[in-house]
Amino acid sequence: MSVDLGRILQRAQDLSCGEDAVRDKVVARIYQEAESLASEVVMAEKPARDWDTLIDDVLTSKRFGYPSMLALLAFVLWLTISGANLPSQLLARLLFAGEEGLSRLFLSFGAPDWLHGLLVLGVYRCLAWVVSVMLPPMAIFFPLFTLLEDLGYLPRVAFNLDGFFQKAGAHGKQALTMSMGFGCNAAGVIACRIIESPRERLIAILTNNFVPCNGRFPTLIAMSNIFLGAMALNGSSFLAVLLVAGLVVGGIAITLVVSRLLSATLLKGIPSHFALELPPYRPPQVLQVILRSVFDRTLFVLWRAVKVAAPAGAVAWGLANIHVDGLSLLGHTAQVLEPLGAAMGLDGVILLAFILGLPANEIVIPIILMGYLSAGAMLELEGLPALRELLLANGWTWVTALNMMLFSLLHFPCGTTLLTIRKETQSWKWTLLAALIPTLIGTAVCILVAQGARLVGLA
Amino acid sequence: MKGQPVQPLLRFGIEKADSPVVALAGNPNTGKTTIFNALTGLNQHTGNWPGKTVVQARGKYCYGGQEVVLVDLPGTYSLLANSVEEQIARDFIYFGRPAATIVVADATCLERNLNLLLQVVEITPFVILCINLIDEARRKLIKIDFARLQERLGIPVVPVSGRTGEGLELLKKTVLEMVTGQLRPSPKQIIYDGEVEGALHQILPEIKGIVGDDATSRWLALRLLEGDETVVQGIQHYLTTDPPPRLEEVLA
Repeated sequence: MSVDLGRILQRAQDLSCGEDAVRDKVVARIYQEAESLASEVVMAEKPARDWDTLIDDVLTSKRFGYPSMLALLAFVLWLTISGANLPSQLLARLLFAGEEGLSRLFLSFGAPDWLHGLLVLGVYRCLAWVVSVMLPPMAIFFPLFTLLEDLGYLPRVAFNLDGFFQKAGAHGKQALTMSMGFGCNAAGVIACRIIESPRERLIAILTNNFVPCNGRFPTLIAMSNIFLGAMALNGSSFLAVLLVAGLVVGGIAITLVVSRLLSATLLKGIPSHFALELPPYRPPQVLQVILRSVFDRTLFVLWRAVKVAAPAGAVAWGLANIHVDGLSLLGHTAQVLEPLGAAMGLDGVILLAFILGLPANEIVIPIILMGYLSAGAMLELEGLPALRELLLANGWTWVTALNMMLFSLLHFPCGTTLLTIRKETQSWKWTLLAALIPTLIGTAVCILVAQGARLVGLA
Repeated sequence: MKGQPVQPLLRFGIEKADSPVVALAGNPNTGKTTIFNALTGLNQHTGNWPGKTVVQARGKYCYGGQEVVLVDLPGTYSLLANSVEEQIARDFIYFGRPAATIVVADATCLERNLNLLLQVVEITPFVILCINLIDEARRKLIKIDFARLQERLGIPVVPVSGRTGEGLELLKKTVLEMVTGQLRPSPKQIIYDGEVEGALHQILPEIKGIVGDDATSRWLALRLLEGDETVVQGIQHYLTTDPPPRLEEVLA
């Protein structure tokens, strides 16, 4: 039968004159038919004030497109940062009060020290930090993000950024997968399926990690406060917003640069074109959005973090309290990492925390704290101000805070994302590359900043 | 349902086809998934299309004592096989031979949606046009003459609102009538210009000699005239042993 088909196809080719002549005629005829049908049966009473077009004229215009996008980003971050502060402190106070109660309980049972340490100082404390640092920003950011999604704004972002991605040799839809990455990089990587061309899909997958996901936002927000505190610019949430927004824009810039480099080297090719539909703006169903984002996203991500944080807390406590040659295991490991950490303007404990934080970025700060706290300086940690005191006491400067933010933005994706990349690309090679590219960039950037600051004498 | 082409469906990852299979097609952003959810409820199963990283959702529902398997096709603007999604949708409608295909259209931009519908109607006559978002169209003061559209197209037209559930009852009833053979649509075919029709006239007898004299041989002839190699690949992939059964047999 296939022989017959080949022959008929050949004959069909002979009959149709020219390359795409028949296809063009067929498509034109179908469009014409659709138009005549629609004009016959559709009656729009009057082209009522078309709000969609009016809004799009502003939000996707050359002049106002980028400013409105940046303003919206800053507004969302401002709501998140300023709104998360108070609940964060309340939660911390509540949960650490719980720690005292737990300690008393263990004492009254006459539990051995190591059990109390492992379960209360390790597992419980790590959980308390993850919940109090993570939950408030997530509970604010996720619903806001979902609202924008529901409203129909995200395709406009893709439309605005299309030109940039085209120039970077990537696919315009990468702006959409990037937006998904703000929620969760693993979700962003899965979203890359919407990109047809395997070349452009790979570029999008490899660069998705350059937008900070929700697990990293709280870290960035906390660090921006520390940074400003170290710069003696206390309590200005406006500056904190600018700093975080600047980092996000920086991440997007790096996405574009890396995409460009990839498409000029490993993944050569010409960007394919695509049709992007700007769906009408729809009034979001606010209550449903809030419920959905709290249950489907916030609690889901928090639960994932909690599942990882509990064993990580136990491991970190163990590392900090098992002593060999008069120094804890954590101390030994941190010492090994110290030279690299110092060169990057960080320290050994921070690097170790990033490595232990591979399963989930949310637990990086809690592990750092465990590392510092086990060194002796016991503190009541009630919210960000106390955190700042602790970090400054451990030799942090504004460079440390800044580089901590930069490395948080630019390092290997979390374990879940890496496994997702492996699943989507079917290749360990690309997965390894997805981890190497950001880590190398992050290390280089941190070293540059640290050495630069030292050179200029600012630190 | 004797003569149901089990083998092609198997290649789409659908194991058993005791119940009639109905495809759900439509442009992206037309609320296709809302309708899929409204019809099937929790009776859903998601996986990938065999060998593709495109999600396949299918579900079941029962209406009037008849169980129906509903397959949600990827949202596409056309069936010209420009993308993986379009090829999947097209292959399923042509080779999978669903007992009916529901095309979901957005009432607020009907013209663009009709392009897809007209292409589906060329493949199979068993099509239901489901015009969704009629509540939004009402709000935008858009009026659609559904009766006239139905008459012009020669297939059933059902206005619905997936969000409020309006019209879904009628949709289920129409699907039931179509899969049980009570409703036999006779869609109007698009006539192309003299040159294309002339070429069609010459090549049709040969194609009918291979795939049989059914309504879809015209569609196949058009694709071959266009030089669409993905169709030839599809024939080799989906119909390796037998020619596709005739539509009359599928519905017998």
